[in-house]
Amino acid sequence: MSEAVVALLEVDNLKVNFHTPTGIVRAVRGLSFSLGRERLGIVGESGSGKSMTGRAILDLIPYPGEVLADRMLFRGEDLLTMPKATRRKLRGRRISMVMQDPKFSLNPVMTVGDQIAEAYRVHHKANAREARERTLAMLDAVQIREPERVYALYPHEVSGGMGQRVMIAMMLIAEPDILIADEPTSALDVTVQLQVLKILDDLVTSRGMGLIFISHDLHLVQSFCDRVIVMYGGKAMETMPAAELADPSAMSRRHPYTLGLLGCLPELGNPKGRLSTLTRDPEWLA
Amino acid sequence: MAEGESYGIVGESGSGKSTVLRVLAGLNQEWSGAVTIFRKAQPRVRDKAFHRAVQMVFQDPYGSLHPKKTLDDALAEPLAIHGIGDAERRIARALSDVGLPSAFRYRYPHQLSGGQRQRVAIARALVLEPTLFLLDEPTSALDVSIQAEVLNLLQALRQERKLTYILVSHDLAVVGHMCERLMVMQHGQCVEEMSAATLSARKPETAYAQALLVASEGFRRQG
Ligand SMILES: Nc1ncnc2c1ncn2[C@@H]1O[C@H](COP(=O)(O)OP(=O)(O)OP(=O)(O)O)[C@@H](O)[C@H]1O
Ligand SMILES: Nc1ncnc2c1ncn2[C@@H]1O[C@H](COP(=O)(O)OP(=O)(O)OP(=O)(O)O)[C@@H](O)[C@H]1O
Ligand SMILES: [Mg+2]
Ligand SMILES: [Mg+2]
Repeated sequence: MSEAVVALLEVDNLKVNFHTPTGIVRAVRGLSFSLGRERLGIVGESGSGKSMTGRAILDLIPYPGEVLADRMLFRGEDLLTMPKATRRKLRGRRISMVMQDPKFSLNPVMTVGDQIAEAYRVHHKANAREARERTLAMLDAVQIREPERVYALYPHEVSGGMGQRVMIAMMLIAEPDILIADEPTSALDVTVQLQVLKILDDLVTSRGMGLIFISHDLHLVQSFCDRVIVMYGGKAMETMPAAELADPSAMSRRHPYTLGLLGCLPELGNPKGRLSTLTRDPEWLA
Repeated sequence: MAEGESYGIVGESGSGKSTVLRVLAGLNQEWSGAVTIFRKAQPRVRDKAFHRAVQMVFQDPYGSLHPKKTLDDALAEPLAIHGIGDAERRIARALSDVGLPSAFRYRYPHQLSGGQRQRVAIARALVLEPTLFLLDEPTSALDVSIQAEVLNLLQALRQERKLTYILVSHDLAVVGHMCERLMVMQHGQCVEEMSAATLSARKPETAYAQALLVASEGFRRQG
């Protein structure tokens, strides 16, 4: 991980709060991490603040949410103090996010192809024909069969996994420095999933992109990522080399929450009557 | 499929898995062939009793929840449509079954995380106490601890109430855990049908099913 030395992103003590009529929801409670030219996994409990962390980096926390942090640096520049317009320009071009609900994030009344082409033209000088060709090439790169047919489909006409790949194509076409991918492959079959991960992997290795990979799939994170943050209740329980998730000799160092997660998995070839579940300890949030 | 059986569908993205479930649920009218459910050949348009007995949990939880309706509305609505009383108790029970705190009851979908929305979708299907459950990737948005809780719940319900499941999933370990038999789909067709034992022993016949098993072992970096 020697290339991780140049920090693309530094986040110090990030907090995301929602002020609701029934009280404050603390979605993220003091998260700190840095991202280099690497694949950084984030795993953890549903509702633990993974998506809100990604959105906070992009300044996309919806009302009535508030973002607080001691520091949030993109290549040394402070995201929190820069003019809003400068920050908006980074979004989509330098820092992109593949949202967890791809179909919800797409425009329902525009074909998926036109949406990708438009994303390309926002960031590059290109005429309509060039944008269309780039889009078809990108759809092909994310393993969409019959790109011409799919170009002309509306979001409700594509399958779950096709929608995810459309989102990935749209975010990658701008060639960002940082990609935040929120469950980007959860609706893909396992063979297509590996092909899509190969594309992301190449971008990290060859172009030095920084990737934040949010996922529930522990095997995938362990085999694909360099480091992993394990989140619970808006906090990082631990950060570790991803390979250690499968290393028996490292288990004595693991946080009990991480051990609990590993124990919940069904395994092929090792049938279990009931799956183990987690006993959550209030101490973890202390 | 026999009554009380649990059957899995796995396969290529875009191969028609969700489409098959929608046809079985009576939500897609454009099909040909024959569909027999509850020993009765099913017409294109199903009756109200059918729509109560057969519930589908959709792959895309956001799309299946109305953005302007609270969880309470989302769960009360199917009960009202089918004229079922005792809504209060049933809603509280369904929420606790899927592990959502009762404080969430008056939240809107956008105030929930992805996995919390998916649990609402499961709870909404559960309140009607269906006999045939069509589950489209029910746990792919859930972390593994909530997944384990939901799968345990589905197993327990199946034993208690003799429910029948069709489960679509990309996670072969989940299908192996939940189902007795499964079908592998590619290009809109079934390429192989096998028992869970064959899957666990990693002994499928077709090259495609074998490729799925290999890919499910994780990412491999070349060189
Ligand atoms: N508008 C809102 N008002 C109140 N609470 C909210 C709002 N939006 C999100 N939350 C809460 O913030 C917490 C963090 O949400 P987030 O979407 O980051 O979770 P997550 O870790 O991505 O979970 P999942 O794995 O289920 O997607 C959740 O408990 C959620 O209920
Ligand atoms: N309304 C529609 N108009 C045109 N094509 C459609 C429509 N609905 C589905 N399709 C096509 O039917 C095929 C099967 O889609 P389906 O959603 O059943 O796939 P799936 O196996 O569930 O895939 P995934 O695993 O990605 O969810 C896809 O190629 C899709 O583009
Ligand atoms: Mg999320
Ligand atoms: Mg589908």
